[in-house]
Amino acid sequence: MKSTKTITFALLSSAVVILFSACGGTEKSTGIDPKVYTDSLFAVMKADRTNYTKLIIRRLGPIGADAISPAEHWKDLENGAPLPAQMFRAGAEAVADLTDKFTYSLQSEWPINKQNAPKTPMEKQGLKFISDNPGENFYGEEKLGTITYFTAVYPDVAVSDACTQCHNEHKDTPKTDFKVGEVMGGVVIRVPL
Amino acid sequence: MKIVWLVWLFFSCAIGAYYLNMIIFAEDKSALLIGKASHGHYQIELACGACHTQAFGGAEAMQNACENCHSAELEASHDSHRKKKFTDPRNADRIEILDARYCVSCHTEHQVEQTRSMGLTLPTDYCYHCHKTIGEERESHAGLTYDSCASAGCHNYHDNRALYEEFLLNNADQAWLHEPAKLDPPNAASLSRPATQQSITQAEADAAQEKINPKIMQHWLSSSHALAGINCSGCHAPTKNTWLEKPGLAVCESCHEQEADGFKAGKHGMRLSNKMESHLGAINVEESPLEFKPEAAHRQQGCNACHSAHEFNTQFAASEACLACHNDEHSLAYLNSPHGELWQRELAGEIDAGQGVSCASCHMPRLTEKKRGKKITRVQHNQNDNLRPNEKMIRSVCMSCHGLEFAINALASQELIKNNFSGKPERHIESIDWAKKRNSSDTAKTK
Repeated sequence: MKSTKTITFALLSSAVVILFSACGGTEKSTGIDPKVYTDSLFAVMKADRTNYTKLIIRRLGPIGADAISPAEHWKDLENGAPLPAQMFRAGAEAVADLTDKFTYSLQSEWPINKQNAPKTPMEKQGLKFISDNPGENFYGEEKLGTITYFTAVYPDVAVSDACTQCHNEHKDTPKTDFKVGEVMGGVVIRVPL
Repeated sequence: MKIVWLVWLFFSCAIGAYYLNMIIFAEDKSALLIGKASHGHYQIELACGACHTQAFGGAEAMQNACENCHSAELEASHDSHRKKKFTDPRNADRIEILDARYCVSCHTEHQVEQTRSMGLTLPTDYCYHCHKTIGEERESHAGLTYDSCASAGCHNYHDNRALYEEFLLNNADQAWLHEPAKLDPPNAASLSRPATQQSITQAEADAAQEKINPKIMQHWLSSSHALAGINCSGCHAPTKNTWLEKPGLAVCESCHEQEADGFKAGKHGMRLSNKMESHLGAINVEESPLEFKPEAAHRQQGCNACHSAHEFNTQFAASEACLACHNDEHSLAYLNSPHGELWQRELAGEIDAGQGVSCASCHMPRLTEKKRGKKITRVQHNQNDNLRPNEKMIRSVCMSCHGLEFAINALASQELIKNNFSGKPERHIESIDWAKKRNSSDTAKTK
């Protein structure tokens, strides 16, 4: 009797272990590939960023209806509107309030604010890669603190003369000859693994 | 040997029971204090739960407690170093040195002997960790020491609304005093009153006859309450069939919500804030470490401490009420200062309302915002909101009457602050000069 119970227990335990292993395997095989995940996130970010630049800033700003004043210190103006890069960063900060499953930032090898220059070895490598290889993205893994991240770097291309004009004329810019269509920086998306 | 162990066990249990009782049941928890709290929190140092909201909540729970009281203020100050800047993994190396995600990394409590100005408990050269290359990026900053960034009237860690380069340039070369220098009258209360509400006469007063006192009646009739149609029952009988002899903060804030919120956010009313579960009651003057008049020691903070009941004289509340308690060098110098003299001329009717400078003109500034196109001006009732650092006063206060350069220099001049701005600033802060120099060299390059 005792041995029957032991055998039953052993069989059940094995079944549970196999079931869990199988579930684990299934989860792994159906999980989203980090590259697809970050590519999808970037698609949304890029669409929103382009739309804000063209539909709001260009249409309502000084080059359009002149109804709003896009400005770095927009909060000081009654009709001030955040610049596209600031709107993008505001989105990144709002996301940080909602989830820690991914983070993103806007960086450049020619930053107006030096704090937005690539900082980690992978950021430096990624920003250089997208600048040297127009149209291509960069993917890698890096350990920051105690966590390993999947890091993707996407080119941030000047979509409007509003982008190039503002950057070329800014007193803190290290580059004054940006042209529409050129890579001005990169969007760095990180997913903790 | 057995007896020794029994004695040890007895005393261990006794000590454990003492602290358990202290934590759970005792009203006075002062024995649990590991050190005096800073100037910002001394009033609530015995309301342990205000900050220590969870026994095992860790850093996040403590941070939530900080944000519970301070997040609105940081948001309004356009905080230059928001927590979210440091939650990005790319700053992992930085937060290993200085974990700027948490307020307590820089503002550690119960270490009063190590607490510097602004409640800072770090060495003052902390900017170095992230901005060590600034000397290479800005010619004007080469060779500056890192303990001077936030102590020279140029930068603050959180609030830089009046100190950033574009603002300096836009407001450079202003005269030291604007002509005419005049403040907008507050209109928030009158705008919130229903248009149909008419002023009330003595005959319409609805207090029971035995409650009516001629002096009180006279005060009330000349008050903005009677003029706005607020009858006796409006404050004394907030609910039917009750009569409050001394209506308190709860009654005032049922109409003056924003003013009450400001009062509770500052040191006058912080103990009454509903953001903390404390029953400490309003602070008495004698409990403050500041210098006060001995005869004011027994006074307790509340709306009526400054706005005398029934009369609600805002002119009295704007200076006389302050000087009835405050006895420090700055306060004592006020009446003979240019600001104080202007205020006395306003009281005498020699100049227009808004041209005098009361204590409240600077410490309880008039804040204007537009709502649905309408300009609303209200009085900030948190008198501590713009004090630390005092550069917070530049935009909301000083620049109402003075040029930016004068304001920056004046607020950096300790002697001038002590004598209540009687004279010229003894310091000159170079930030505007540097911004102009950089701008002119950039303009020259462009040409």
